[in-house]
Amino acid sequence: MPEQSTLQYTAEHEWVLIENDVATIGITAYAAEKLGDVVFVDLPNNGASVTTGTVIGEIESTKSVGELFAPVNGEVTEVNDAVVDSPELVNSDPFGAGWLVKIRFIELPELMTFAEYSVLVGE
Amino acid sequence: MAGHVLAAKTTHDLSAFASRHIGTDADAQETMLGAIGYDSVDALVRAAVPASIHVDGFRSAADSVLPPAATEREAIAELRLLANRNTVNRSMIGLGYYDTITPAVIKRNVLENPSWYTAYTPYQPEISQGRLEALINFQTMIADLTGMTTANASMLDEGTAVVEGMLLARRSSKADSSVFIVDADTLPQTKALLKNRAEVVGIELVELPLAKNPVELPAAFGIFVQYPGASGRLWDPTAIIALAKSQGALTIVAADLLALTLVAAPGELGADVAVGTSQRFGVPMGLGGPHAGYMAVRAGLERQLPGRLVGVSQDAAGHPAYRLSLQVREQHIRRDKATSNICTAQVLLAVMASMYAVYHGPQGLTQIATTITRLTRVLARAATEAGHTVASGNYFDTLTLRTKTDAVSLVQRAHNAGYLFHLVDATHVQLSVDETTTLADTRIVAELLGEELADDTVPREIDAWIPSTMQRTTEFLTHPVFNTHRSETSMMRYLKHLADLDYALDRGMIPLGSCTMKLNAATEMEAVTWPEFGGLHPFAPAADIAGYLALIDQLQGWLADLTGYDSVSLQPNAGSQGELAGLLAIRGYHRGRGDDHRTVCLIPSSAHGTNAASAVLAGMRVVVVACDELGNVDLDDLRAKIAEHAENISALMITYPSTHGVYEHEVGTICKAVHDAGGQVYVDGANLNALLGFARFGDFGGDVSHLNLHKTFCIPHGGGGPGVGPVAAKAHLAPYLPGHPMAQHDFHAGAPVSAAPYGSPSILPISWAYVRMMGSDGLRDATAAAVLAANYVAVRLRDHYPILYSGDNGLIAHECVLDLRPLTAATGVTVDDVAKRLIDYGFHAPTMSFPVAGTLMVEPTESEDLAEIDRFIEAMIAIRLEADAVAQSLGDDNPLRNAPHTAQSVIEGEWTHPYTREQAVYPVRGIIRGKYWPAVRRIDQAYGDRNLVCSCPPPEAFE
Repeated sequence: MPEQSTLQYTAEHEWVLIENDVATIGITAYAAEKLGDVVFVDLPNNGASVTTGTVIGEIESTKSVGELFAPVNGEVTEVNDAVVDSPELVNSDPFGAGWLVKIRFIELPELMTFAEYSVLVGE
Repeated sequence: MAGHVLAAKTTHDLSAFASRHIGTDADAQETMLGAIGYDSVDALVRAAVPASIHVDGFRSAADSVLPPAATEREAIAELRLLANRNTVNRSMIGLGYYDTITPAVIKRNVLENPSWYTAYTPYQPEISQGRLEALINFQTMIADLTGMTTANASMLDEGTAVVEGMLLARRSSKADSSVFIVDADTLPQTKALLKNRAEVVGIELVELPLAKNPVELPAAFGIFVQYPGASGRLWDPTAIIALAKSQGALTIVAADLLALTLVAAPGELGADVAVGTSQRFGVPMGLGGPHAGYMAVRAGLERQLPGRLVGVSQDAAGHPAYRLSLQVREQHIRRDKATSNICTAQVLLAVMASMYAVYHGPQGLTQIATTITRLTRVLARAATEAGHTVASGNYFDTLTLRTKTDAVSLVQRAHNAGYLFHLVDATHVQLSVDETTTLADTRIVAELLGEELADDTVPREIDAWIPSTMQRTTEFLTHPVFNTHRSETSMMRYLKHLADLDYALDRGMIPLGSCTMKLNAATEMEAVTWPEFGGLHPFAPAADIAGYLALIDQLQGWLADLTGYDSVSLQPNAGSQGELAGLLAIRGYHRGRGDDHRTVCLIPSSAHGTNAASAVLAGMRVVVVACDELGNVDLDDLRAKIAEHAENISALMITYPSTHGVYEHEVGTICKAVHDAGGQVYVDGANLNALLGFARFGDFGGDVSHLNLHKTFCIPHGGGGPGVGPVAAKAHLAPYLPGHPMAQHDFHAGAPVSAAPYGSPSILPISWAYVRMMGSDGLRDATAAAVLAANYVAVRLRDHYPILYSGDNGLIAHECVLDLRPLTAATGVTVDDVAKRLIDYGFHAPTMSFPVAGTLMVEPTESEDLAEIDRFIEAMIAIRLEADAVAQSLGDDNPLRNAPHTAQSVIEGEWTHPYTREQAVYPVRGIIRGKYWPAVRRIDQAYGDRNLVCSCPPPEAFE
């Protein structure tokens, strides 16, 4: 599991791990906690091309639904099938086994640092 | 009339119905007023309702068109006179509505039983296991008969189910087309609904005679097949469904449930979605409703289902338990992105239909269907011998005849003889056989057709008119529940067993905010089961329904008068449909003026999610207006949004009093701002129970509203339907209110939103009786008593739970929002914990987390007496003390977190909790004698959504 302090963040409560030209994306523990028990995850198809800021998936809990936004432009290279089969991973391990998609990005927009995100969620 | 002279005029005279409907008498009200600090109920309401909207400022009380209050006896006598003006002829009209025999054990123990009809939608599953089981029986019955994987817990009617099927197909199909293909042999009312609804959301309808099995289809996202056809024709759509599938289109099949006992199921034919009605499973026609429509889908489409879906989960002890599944599909969560705007279903009628199948079982249903089709064969033979031509060689229960002589006079002769034929055109009539048709009937019908029934032997083999290739070969209703209750004793006990699991108004208060769970009086319910109201086909001749038309006309007039509007259509079958009808009226009005660009619908962030979902289906774009910290519409944001969308403003939807239970002071200013921008004001009537008699939507700026007769006007909730959501409008919108191409009387000229012309007429006598027995004064007193009760609860509870919102003079309307967030922060006790703990105290929880997460909204209504209100208040205070104890010493193993407690949970095994068994189940001494025991412990919501099971589990699961 990556250190939270080494990740970048979005205002939509997603975390982004940059490794070379691939971004791994998940939702933060704060978002998972707010959503409650996640029961269903809808992710884009492998190979789909995505645009920054658009909705590429949904995360459903028993009481609400959260949208997954693409934090970067690019092509989906991998989706986490384990989380589709076991959506509870989003709650139990949001920064690890609960990751959602990997995107080979074309350009990297400016994202939030851990410190900035911590201010956003008031921690 | 002597009765009127003797009739009581005050709410405290027990011969006045109002004194039976309103729970608090003068002494109680004085006590409550003392607690709040007002001298009179009138002074209290005047202080709460802004003076600028008081009805007195707009008209004198003498202008009311309501007759003076009748006593219960007088009202029944008047209803009897109206009923006598209806004529129940033998309907052979068909077209989706068939006479049926309601088993008396179901009529008495379900339809006439408050344990079933006064329950609410099963949002608190721990105290709703009975009707949830009945609904999962319904889903299993539908899934089995249609051969699909998953069925929902009912739709409003067949016509709207087809529309929802069309919308589902568009969401799910990958075909790049906006075309929906409709079989030419489709029910006329369904065609009318599709036409109205498709155009609004940009769907193009293409009608084709699919029974001719075309080898090519235009590009489309979906096709619709009526099975058997509206004309009665039975044909095999397998090839056409395969062709559609190869083009990426989904197929929706509307199937007759009784026919499906004999013919191949839609699922076996390759359909993606099956829809229809369960009316002929023991639910009276009632001039068109209410009855339960259905929808079922193949595997993979479950998440696209609109409406309620019951599933199996498990409780805290690991036992199977039922609850509503996948609720995030629904409009209260997803708002403008929901699968549909529908929320109310037809639970009571779905329960009746499912019990009809439970009682008859697969053999009984097959026998009923076989008798029907054999009698149809007898009629076909007689018609042919009389020189008519039967249009289709294969059929189930319906024949279209090309008549030898003039069809019009044939239909007239039949009517004179007490039989209703459907006149197709000058040379065609249509006849349907149903469960009530006898051999004696066929003899008379044969004579009408011009032929003595020489051969009245009923053919045994059905192969001659239902080809063996089309016959059903698969089993259905194999679950034990459909194969156990054959004797009436067994059936009666099963219904009693299920009813005993549930908490309805016959047990105690259901203080659900925004739901208005008030008395559904026995006198109001009485006429519902009279055959003169139940036995009429929705397309019966006008002469047969004179009493109904008079009742509808009167009720429409009264509702218009009470709300300050000019015209009312009773057609919408739920609040959501009323909203849609109202928004479509606004759309029609703008377009009529050439303002096609006016498509922006302003909706406050506090609105019911249904508002946004309805706006989308009315072809509008939702723009959210912010609310301030007091819960009121933020006027600055409203002005900014109006400025931003200036010329494109279509409407504002506003609920009054607000969803926060407050009379917004600025409502007049808000309406004026929208009018000044050329927009129309839609006032959501969900909270009318706090306004009736004191202010009228039409006076303070509303152009159109829907009312919920199942809230303010006493139609029982039925465990989640039926509902009636009339739409009321000012004169300029009246031409666009929903009418119907087959209506017997032209009340309205707009396009329909329901399958039947007047929606659900058989339950209209309930609201008619309520208004008739309350009169203007009684209705006003009821509003005042409801506002008094809510303010009393607020004052008594405010030291224990902060009251989140209040309006003028610190007062609230008819409901109060208790803020539990500080308690949760301090003790970890959640809204869920308090709601479930209330069950141990013998109460139904208030509304949870609406309009604000982490709150409870309490609506006591006018019907609860002071003793019951006080018991509820004391329970809430006791729970507050328990929560404090949690923080101080108990920790996570506490009576709130572990609530509700079943009998089993306190008896079996060793008691290891740090609180006593007595505290668990008898937290107050008063409930010892009459304790309500929940059937299950707290239900795991996530487990059920992650492991979706929506049909009856095997009996072993409960061992």
